[in-house]
This record gives sequence, structure tokens and C-alpha cells, in this order.
Amino acid sequence: MQTKSIMIVGVGGQGTLLASRILGSVIQGAGHDVKVSEVHGMSQRGGSVVTYIKYGEKVYSPVIEKGQADIIVSFEQLEAARWLSYLKNGGTIITNTQKISPMPVITGAAEYPDGLIDKIKDKGINVISVDALSAAEQAGSAKAVNVVVIGVLSKVLDGFDEAAWENAVVECVPAKVTEINKKAFGLGRALV
Amino acid sequence: MSKLMLGNQAVARGLYEAGVSVVSSYPGTPSTEITEFASTYNPNEMYCEWAPNEKVACEVAIGASIAGARSFCAMKHVGLNVAADPLFTASYTGVNGGLVIAVADDPGMHSSQNEQDSRHYAIGAKVPMLEPSDSAECKEYTKLAYEISEKYDTPVILRLTTRVSHSQSAVETADRIERALPEYKKDIQKYVMVPANAIKKHVIVEQRTASLTEYAETADINKVEMNSDEIGVITSGICYQYAKEALGDKASYLKLGMVNPLPVKLIKDFAAKVKKLYVIEELDDVIETHCRKTGIDVIGKEQFTLQGEYFQSKIRQVVLGESDSWTELDAAIPVRPPVLCAGCPHRGVFYILKKLGVTVSGDIGCYTLGSAAPLSAMDTTVCMGASVSGLHGFNKGRRGEYENKAVAVIGDSTFIHSGVTGLINIAYNRSNSTVIILDNSITGMTGHQNNPANGKNIYGDPAAAVDLEALAKAVGIDSVRVIDPNNLEETEKAIREELSKAEPSVIIARRPCALLKTVKHKPAFKINSDKCKNCKSCMRIGCPALCWGEHGVTIDSTLCVGCGLCSQLCKFGAIEE
Repeated sequence: MQTKSIMIVGVGGQGTLLASRILGSVIQGAGHDVKVSEVHGMSQRGGSVVTYIKYGEKVYSPVIEKGQADIIVSFEQLEAARWLSYLKNGGTIITNTQKISPMPVITGAAEYPDGLIDKIKDKGINVISVDALSAAEQAGSAKAVNVVVIGVLSKVLDGFDEAAWENAVVECVPAKVTEINKKAFGLGRALV
Repeated sequence: MSKLMLGNQAVARGLYEAGVSVVSSYPGTPSTEITEFASTYNPNEMYCEWAPNEKVACEVAIGASIAGARSFCAMKHVGLNVAADPLFTASYTGVNGGLVIAVADDPGMHSSQNEQDSRHYAIGAKVPMLEPSDSAECKEYTKLAYEISEKYDTPVILRLTTRVSHSQSAVETADRIERALPEYKKDIQKYVMVPANAIKKHVIVEQRTASLTEYAETADINKVEMNSDEIGVITSGICYQYAKEALGDKASYLKLGMVNPLPVKLIKDFAAKVKKLYVIEELDDVIETHCRKTGIDVIGKEQFTLQGEYFQSKIRQVVLGESDSWTELDAAIPVRPPVLCAGCPHRGVFYILKKLGVTVSGDIGCYTLGSAAPLSAMDTTVCMGASVSGLHGFNKGRRGEYENKAVAVIGDSTFIHSGVTGLINIAYNRSNSTVIILDNSITGMTGHQNNPANGKNIYGDPAAAVDLEALAKAVGIDSVRVIDPNNLEETEKAIREELSKAEPSVIIARRPCALLKTVKHKPAFKINSDKCKNCKSCMRIGCPALCWGEHGVTIDSTLCVGCGLCSQLCKFGAIEE
């Protein structure tokens, strides 16, 4: 098979790392060669963060570049727009509709652009937008946004069964929040 | 069994399987997780510790090696600057048990203050250096490094880069080698590096390099893959993966698993088989220079660059002239720089420093983010510890003019790492410098490691804690006080008073990191819109939980941890618990 490239983007603290580990675990369980590239350190502190997941027969570079991603999974609107150029022609964007203001917006030095999701759709790009924050709150914690979005991805990405996804969620999240995250995953699946 | 592992995790697995029994490191992105994962193994088999700095860690590993243990230390690239002193002489003494030093470079500077290339240290210290390109190689090369170390009687450096350290790929695990501790024999000529012994040792070091060069000619980890006789690529580490993805079967490869010393004949033979020969290496032109020195003509930095990461598209563009296309959005996307977290105890100090217009000699850690707008309260950041010693130099340079309007800020872990020596210098060579220790009881930026000042060891067990107040007094600072940085009034008063004193002083701003699990958060604060006059005073602290929009200021309840700093700035009492 052709190598498939998925990016998970968001704001430091939203749990992109955990989401990429869940995805990596599902893919590896299915017997593919996989590489997951993570971000640690300074950029994690509320900055724009991105992780890469690539899988197929044989994966060499762990990095995805402009025009190379099959799917971009975004936890926040502005980040979906920021990383749009990384999408391959014909690729899909899954984005949470949540808005988190970056510091230049907070201080008034810049404005948070309006209607970003529509602007992306106007480019003829396949966009799946969901209110993952409400679903996460419904599941019991606003922090479960990442797992809600993983639930959405699990419906969009072919080739992996639901039980494998759920097992990976349970395996990757801390034991005391297993139930919240199982619920968040299910609510995510129900959004598409 | 095949498992998905981070490169760093695979190095830790390699240590375990190689029968390593002593690990001592100082955290530093992107190397930190090696030691964190190592500490998940049974400490009776593989003892781990966080050392105060990389020099200490390296010396601990050297001592353990002399004792006969297979030993290890890990650090980031700039950490090797700190550990360079023991490294260069350990090269002369050689080892008893195998000694491996992992160093993680950070091309692209994801979390670093410079982009130095650690391969120069292997050349300078005349020690072999291995460079894996994925997690499976991280484990295998780690184990091989111990064999080389013991066979050639030398420390070995394992060079990683961010993308290798922080990418996960499949690793096959094996059992741990059961290794009997060799005897320790007193050997003055081998281990006491006085000139008479070192002169003899240097001869052996040069002979060793010659033997290792011979090994490099035929070593399994220096591999030739012949596909095309048109294009040849000499590469190593992560660049091999980028090149393979970019060029596939359109090129032949010489992948160098050992980047010091480099083979000569192997490269010459490979060069003879291809028409066009590229050297693809991030950062400096180490392999390229070696090729040119041995009379081989290659294409290198004139087509590539000395800066940043390469990736597959750059290689495809340079070698094949091909490029991708993509869609851009016609919208101004504001940048999202990293920021101090909501509830960060450093924020109050930086707010006051900005308010007072103080010159700030900064350091390395989360608090370096105090340099970002809107706080912008930092003038310098050079390296670990430089805030304290640099302030003394600044004050001496300005003939005392800034002594009442300049401070140093340094975290607890960084102070222990190398700030304390600067403080001794302030006391000893007397400048009326004011040093603020931002004590958040953890090594923060690298992801919460315990340190000698917080009373816990790497395993989370109780440990001796440095008494910072007593330490400051012991080195000769009489004016030492502790404040709560979340109390702005107290913080301002302390900084004003200490700056005005005609003596050196230390202020310890003590409050644990808001992200620590042991820190209890209060409910989110709320804006009372009846009282709020939209004066934006609260926005000056640069808290990510405060948002400015059509309805004035709001507080994001998912981010706010109830620290109350913003409420202290509101003259109208509009920010309520």
C-alpha cells in the first residue's frame, strides 16, 4: 500500500501527543509499518503543536511536509487554517470548531480571523467540522477533546475496527479517566 | 515481540538489554526521555539518577565504568559543552566497564538556544560516535556501542537528533545480557592522568583511532545500498530516512552508522561506482570535509544548507529538481508562540519586573518565556547559569550604575545546575547584584523531573533537598528572603527593597509549578461585567486564560486555575472568585 500520512495539530496542552499515541497503537496493532513523530519541550507550552503519523509497507521519513498529508486532524480552528498547506490535493480536514486565542490576539496585536472553516471549504477542501468541546464536556471533562476527535477520525479512517480503537484509547489514557474517555470516544464516533 | 517505541525509549531498552547498571543524566530536550524510561526498569538491575548537571552525570558514569559497571549518561547537545571536560580526558583513560554517552542534537532548534553539531566533540575528543536513524537502530546501536567501548577501551558517543529521539517506530526486544562485574584493579598509569601518564595515553588514543578507522571500513553499520550508478548519496542518521523517502531506488546509498572515525576506502570505492555524489547531512559539513580531505569530490553544502532540518522535499528538490504543490488560505493567521501557562508562578515576578522597568539577566527554562510579549521582561539568555554570572559582569561593566535596576532570574533546577557558582562569584568578588531564584519545585520545561532542590529523587522517593536559603547565606549572601510570587504586592516590595540595598541579595520566589499533580487548583475566576470597565489592566499579565473579544474581557474556564493574579490588577474588583 501507499504510505498514508496523518497530521494531528492543536494547541499545546490539548493532548495531541496522547491522540497520536492512540492512533499509532491502532495502526501498529494492524501490522503496518508506522512512524509517529512527536513534539516535546518549549513549543508544548501553549504553542502551536503538530504530530505526524505515517504508515504503510515501509515508512522512511517520520516527517510530513506541505502538500503531503492525507488527513489533517485539528483540535482548534486557527490551527486547521495554519496547517492547511500541508494537506495533499484531495485530502480531508477534520476540525474541532473550538477557538483558542493565541497571545497576539489576547494582547490585541492581531485578530482571530472570522469564518475560517468556510474559507477552507471555499477552497474545495473536504472538511468535517465538529463541536468536540461540547461532546467532551458531555463525557465529563473538557480535557477529553482529543479523544472525541479521535472518535471522529475512527469513523473516517478505513481499515481498523472499532474494538481496536477502543482498546487503544483504554491502553493510552490514565486508568482513572478511562470511563470518561470511553464515553468521549463514543460521542466522537456519533458526531459523524 | 515488536513494540512501538520512541527513539529515546529504544535507547533505554538498549541500555537494559546491554546489562547497563548505572545511569546518571541531567534532563534536556530532546534527550530527557532516555533516562525517564531507563528509570522504569528495576533499579537493582539498572540504577538511575538525575545529577545536578551534565558534568557531574558524565563523571558519575566515568566512575562507574572504572569500577567495572557498564554505565551511561544522556544529555542534550549543549549539555555536552558542560560535560566536555571529563569527556576529553575519559578518552585518554579509557574504560573498565563499557561507557556510553548519548547526546541529542536539535537541528531546527525546537527547544534549544543554538544549533551546534555534536559530531565535532567526537572528533575533538577522539572517541567513536554512532548515529542511529530510527528506533530499532537506537536499540541496536546502543548495544553495539558497549561492545565497541570495551573492545577498543574507549568511551563511545551515541548521537541522536530530535526527529530520531522523538519519533516512534517498531522495535524488537530481547533479554538482558547477564554480565558479571569485572574486577576493579588499581592502575595508576591508566586512570591517573598526570602528564607522564597522559603523554603515553595520547599515543594509545591515536593508535585506537587508526584501529577504529579500520573497523569503520568493514563495520556492518556502514552499509552500501547499490541501486543506481547515476546518483550516489553518503548520509547518516535521520537524513538517511529523508533521502530514502525522497529518492527511493533512484539513488545508491552509503549509510554511515558510525560518524567518527569515518572510513576512507569504503567512501572511495562507493564514489567510484556513481557518477554524481551527494553528501546529505544536517548542520555542519563534517562528512563532506572528510571526503574532500581524502580527495573525493562531492556535492554538499553548496546545494544544501548549514541551518535547520532538511526533510524529503528539500532533498528531492536539490537532487531531482522536483517539488510538491499545495493550497494556501488567503487569511492572516496570527502566530501562536509558546506562553507561560495559566497559573504559572513565574508570571507575577515578570509582571513586576516589567512594571519596574528592571533590566533582567535571564536563563534557560520555562521562565525564558517571560521574554515574550506582553511581559517582554528579559534582556539576555545565553546558557544555563549565565543569568547569575552575567549579571555580575553587567554590573561590573556598568561600574555599579545598574546595581539598583538589574536582576538575574534563574529557576531552582538551573540554579543548582550552574547558578550557584555564579552566586559564589557575586559574594566573593562583591557586586551588589540581586538574584531571583524562581523556585517552582521541579525541572519544568523538560517535563517535570525531580531535582536536588525538591526533596525527591528520580524514583519519586524522598531525598535530601538543598536548602536554598541556607546555601545562599553559606556562600556569603546576607540578604536572603522568600516570597510568594502570586502575591504581587509582596513581590514588588521585595524586589524594590533588595534592589535598593548596598549589598548582594537573593530573593527566592517560591510556589510550585501549576501543572504539578500535587498542586490543588481553585475554581476558575469570573468577570463581573457590571463592574468591568474594559480598562484591560488584567490583560497586561499575558495569561492565556484571559481573552479579549466583542464582549470585553472573558476568562476561559477550561484554562483558568484560579491563581487570582489577574484579580489583583483589577481596580474595580470585577474579577471574582
